[in-house]
Amino acid sequence: MQSFDRSTRRHFLKASGSAALAGAVSRVTLRPAHATPAMLNSAIRNLVGEAPLRTGKVKLDIPPLVENGNTVPMTVSVTSPMTADDYVKSIHVFNEKNPQPYIGNFYLGPAAGRAQVATRIRLADSQKVVAIAQMSDGSFWSASVDVVVTLAACTEEL
Amino acid sequence: MRTAYAIIALLLAVMHAHATEIPQAQRRSGYSFMSPDSKAMQDDDTSNPGMLWVLDGEAIWNKPVGTANKACADCHGDATASMRGVAARYPAFDEALGRPVDLEQRINLCRTERQQAPALDYESHDLLALTAFIAHQSRGMPIAPVGDPQLAPFLAKGRELFMQRQGQLNLACANCHDDDWDKHLAGSAITQGQPTGYPMYRLEWQTLGSLSRRLRGCITGIRAQAFSYGSPELVELELYLMSRAAGMPVETPAVRP
Amino acid sequence: MASALINVPKRAKRGDVVEIRVLTSHIMEPGYRRTAAGDVIPRNIITSFTCRYNGSEIFRADLFPAISANPYLSFFTTATESGTFDFEWIGDNGFSQTASAPITVE
Repeated sequence: MQSFDRSTRRHFLKASGSAALAGAVSRVTLRPAHATPAMLNSAIRNLVGEAPLRTGKVKLDIPPLVENGNTVPMTVSVTSPMTADDYVKSIHVFNEKNPQPYIGNFYLGPAAGRAQVATRIRLADSQKVVAIAQMSDGSFWSASVDVVVTLAACTEEL
Repeated sequence: MRTAYAIIALLLAVMHAHATEIPQAQRRSGYSFMSPDSKAMQDDDTSNPGMLWVLDGEAIWNKPVGTANKACADCHGDATASMRGVAARYPAFDEALGRPVDLEQRINLCRTERQQAPALDYESHDLLALTAFIAHQSRGMPIAPVGDPQLAPFLAKGRELFMQRQGQLNLACANCHDDDWDKHLAGSAITQGQPTGYPMYRLEWQTLGSLSRRLRGCITGIRAQAFSYGSPELVELELYLMSRAAGMPVETPAVRP
Repeated sequence: MASALINVPKRAKRGDVVEIRVLTSHIMEPGYRRTAAGDVIPRNIITSFTCRYNGSEIFRADLFPAISANPYLSFFTTATESGTFDFEWIGDNGFSQTASAPITVE
């Protein structure tokens, strides 16, 4: 039995449509099953505002082909001298197709010594991941990676 | 007479087994099919999520429970010594029950009979933690061949279960895991199905799980009716799988996709 | 289950950049999964992680449902003086967990 959050919108609408005809289903909320590139862009806009978003300095390390979207190792590193005058203030990671565009925000400082953070993330589908670093001088730098996510071959009963 | 039967059954099982089993030299752990990132997750004890359960299991090992108010440690002392090698030779024959039991069942037998405490539910956090802690003490040791003649009929049954076609897809475990390992199914490599690292942290589950859980998941996946937790069939299958993996090192807690 | 695996070097030289790795158990329920009956399983995640070095914050993270269960974090800091790293995880439903690890800096 296909689990609900893996259905496409079309499948969902079809199912709810036919159920409604049968009078079997009560009110159903229609919400996008996943974020859209528009949500990603507006999340990035919220962070960056009108400032230019430059590419460079940021390296986003994610395996291009992921064994399991539930636990994807990710490392973000930013080239920076990490001195009191020139350091990475924060790193923000976004995605394109999960239900929400946010993955994590990481706050550093000159004491960090190296601007590098690693964690494990969930990716619901093959999609773009974007990492944005905010520097001490207020500038924003970004990198993005397209990740291919495959699902486990056999589904399990809940 | 029973001995003769046992010997014949054992011989048959051994003879039959050689016909289709993966030869020792070609046995490969699921580890070898994984991406470098997943391997790295397993290799480092401070980043292997399964170790969280091993740590918890150690705490449970030392905690008195039940009306007998005894901890595992009270009888078994230091697990690094007393439990070393145990997981490598389980499932094992239980004299009183007259059949093999797996490690989870052995733990529950100890709990109910010696600690006078209620049995732990299958796949419960505490049972997984304790099983992981105990199995971890065998990490690096080779899985022992099944030599106990009393286990012969159960081993034969387990092998039968592995070889029998079942379910809507009419597939036997052997079809994928003996015949088609290293080929791909929906983008993922088919492994040999060796039980070297259980209980293991499966990325798909995002938690630790037992061999029983994995078998039930696989059997459900081929659209067959999975055996219940604690059923003799699962133990027989586990016994056969361990026998099929003899010589391979225990990896508990393994990480797998 | 309130356990964490911490990896901090026990000793370092002043000025060394050291890696700190933490792994804690938490289901990180995203709030999008449903039971077989169709009910949403409510969100239950760690929302924030903070590391303090002798009392001063050196690293902080906002975590979202996109962070995997049993969250793992690796970050760096400059070893300046001997003392303690304090770690704190805060999350939904009043979740709060702390841990600490010492370091000797010569």
